[in-house]
Amino acid sequence: MASRDDIKFLSNPSLGQNRKKYCRFRKFGIKHIDYKDPDFLLQFINEQGKILPRRITGNSLKYQRKMATAIKRARHLGMLPYVADLLK
Amino acid sequence: MKQFEVTFIVDPVLSGDELKSTVDTYTEMLKAEGGKIVAIDELGLKQLAYDIKKRSSGIYYTIEFQSESGAVIGKLELALRRDERIMRFLTVRLDKFGIKYNEDKRNGKIGKAKERVKAEEPKSEAPKPAAPKSETVAAPVEPAESSEN
Repeated sequence: MASRDDIKFLSNPSLGQNRKKYCRFRKFGIKHIDYKDPDFLLQFINEQGKILPRRITGNSLKYQRKMATAIKRARHLGMLPYVADLLK
Repeated sequence: MKQFEVTFIVDPVLSGDELKSTVDTYTEMLKAEGGKIVAIDELGLKQLAYDIKKRSSGIYYTIEFQSESGAVIGKLELALRRDERIMRFLTVRLDKFGIKYNEDKRNGKIGKAKERVKAEEPKSEAPKPAAPKSETVAAPVEPAESSEN
């Protein structure tokens, strides 16, 4: 039978596995998320302007919630789009 | 005493004097209702992410104020809603972290915290130019801190 060495992967499976996700708000001690700072919030949305899930951002629940509120407020004020295409 | 923050977008077609009078009417209104103005921040002309009232840009203003109860806000929002020069507004109550954040921002402390987050990304790309910078920054910071103490 074919051992693991014989299998050819499209990308190296051991790449990018050692980096652990973390909540940047906890790590850097950011307590308040400003809704008037769209450049910062841009890190947490995808190209279509959707809020990224915790699974991808790695935020703790508390700050994911605050971040989501901040994004929604920024959208209301026209700083971030509700829907977009090729945002990044 | 609760602290609030109202952000609104003013029509960019207005002239400078009209802009000032618009902002003044609301600061005067807040003062008349017993509110205390903490800060007025002009964020300036910005491009909107989507059209509001058929305009693609707007002038942002933020008024931070203190009020004993939220009674002023009803009146303020009604006036903002009736005003044709105001394109959009948002009133938010600030918690203790929000108050501190805004204070720090006014004193110019916030830039550092953000640079710290941003510094993580360029470091991996170009470690050599970043390293001497951090040394030069670290050197003057230490005596400044000791003098404060």
